[in-house]
Amino acid sequence: MANTGSPCNAQPTLPIISDDKAHGQPLWLLAELTYKCPLQCPYCSNPLDFSDFGGELTTQQWLDVFQQGRDLGAVQLGFSGGEPLVRQDLIQLIGGAHEMGYYTNLITSGVGLNEHKMAEFQQAGLDHIQVSFQASDESVNNMLSGSKKAFEQKLKMAKEVKAQGYPMVLNFVTHRHNIDRIDRIIELCVELDADYVELATCQYYGWAYENVEQLLPTRAQLERAERITNEYRAKLAAEGNPIKLIFVTPDYYEERPKGCMNGWGQVFLTVTPDGKALPCHSARMLPIEFPNVTEMSLQEIWDTSPGFNHFRGNTWMKEPCRSCDEKEKDFGGCHCQAFMLTGDMYNADPVCAKSEHHHLIEEARERAEAVVNNPDEFTFRNERNSKVFAKG
Amino acid sequence: MSDIEITPALVPVLNKMFRFQWEKAQNCFVLLYPEGMIQLNGPAGEILALVDGERSVAAITSELETKFPDAGDLSGDIIEFLGEAHGQHWITL
Repeated sequence: MANTGSPCNAQPTLPIISDDKAHGQPLWLLAELTYKCPLQCPYCSNPLDFSDFGGELTTQQWLDVFQQGRDLGAVQLGFSGGEPLVRQDLIQLIGGAHEMGYYTNLITSGVGLNEHKMAEFQQAGLDHIQVSFQASDESVNNMLSGSKKAFEQKLKMAKEVKAQGYPMVLNFVTHRHNIDRIDRIIELCVELDADYVELATCQYYGWAYENVEQLLPTRAQLERAERITNEYRAKLAAEGNPIKLIFVTPDYYEERPKGCMNGWGQVFLTVTPDGKALPCHSARMLPIEFPNVTEMSLQEIWDTSPGFNHFRGNTWMKEPCRSCDEKEKDFGGCHCQAFMLTGDMYNADPVCAKSEHHHLIEEARERAEAVVNNPDEFTFRNERNSKVFAKG
Repeated sequence: MSDIEITPALVPVLNKMFRFQWEKAQNCFVLLYPEGMIQLNGPAGEILALVDGERSVAAITSELETKFPDAGDLSGDIIEFLGEAHGQHWITL
């Protein structure tokens, strides 16, 4: 899920405490082990200026963070990136986390994986592997990932994940270039015997925001895809197939914002490759000073740091959120989206029809009707392009 | 929830998609699965704790009736819960 830019869907469904500044436990710890990745997906959720952050925590620093997270109540641990397989110490990190009692999730492109490593990871205690795909057919997949061999490798690895008895989630980030093949995508997932399928319509953060014109589907494309997904759900359930299809709508076609991250600093904690602790993996872009795990304990970070308390409660709200009777439901939506689109992170998420900036979303929808698909217009996520956004 | 009749001789097995464990921070048994968690209430946790692929429904029932002598006949509740757990794909039978 980490690659979708949709962290709001990447967490367990759990009760929320919404009293002023009160907060839950960081049940979900996402460890972005590295920003390095062999692929170049134009919707990657990593920061545009990732090339500015070269440092990575050591094995011991990561293990220490995991233990502190576990002590705070964290139970799900995601190994993400970039591509987590790039880390040569991944097996040690899996083993350590498993011993601490975490449910361990490897969120991977499958590139760099082989059956031997997979078996070793299982022995070390890895619970689940999520493989991301870019499309259901080879040419589109390889075009989007920027790799000629990616698709074949992914298929092979998905089959191996099941052969070794792991639960498997397949993640397809959908957008205007692949969403019309949703039937084929679902059929591929059924063939591969996936347990869960995330049909995650791109959310527009990081690189995806940069590429929004070439990614955002039209309303007609989206409605068709949702209808076909529902038809498959009914058909597969009738056949007794336990596969679960999770369809994530892009919030650009909503009139109310999502309750982002189940609330700021309520259940979710991300640690970036260089140790920055964030309440969601897009938050690095915000003009907030976030703490680093090398300088502060996780308990202090979670409970008392200004960064994690910034949007807890609702005293920060302006209108229309402040007087809105839905503020306990969506917490004003996504602060990153407000910041990217309006320049002010305290504004209501412009997805909300009550926002004075909602026209920005409506204009993006209108543009989606007129855009001609042209892969040449993608800004691919790679070191060279990142340097353009880096401060140096 | 379930399309199968739960009889005393059946042996429930936890679906390998799930991991069952005690969570101190939640003060309850939980089922963990890819990127998710189900918090179990007391009775559900006690029943699933005995689902090991060896004990039959009858064995689970008698063990819990011994453990909770004041609770009386538990077979109805246990069968109902196992039916629900089967419907949720938590267990196979």
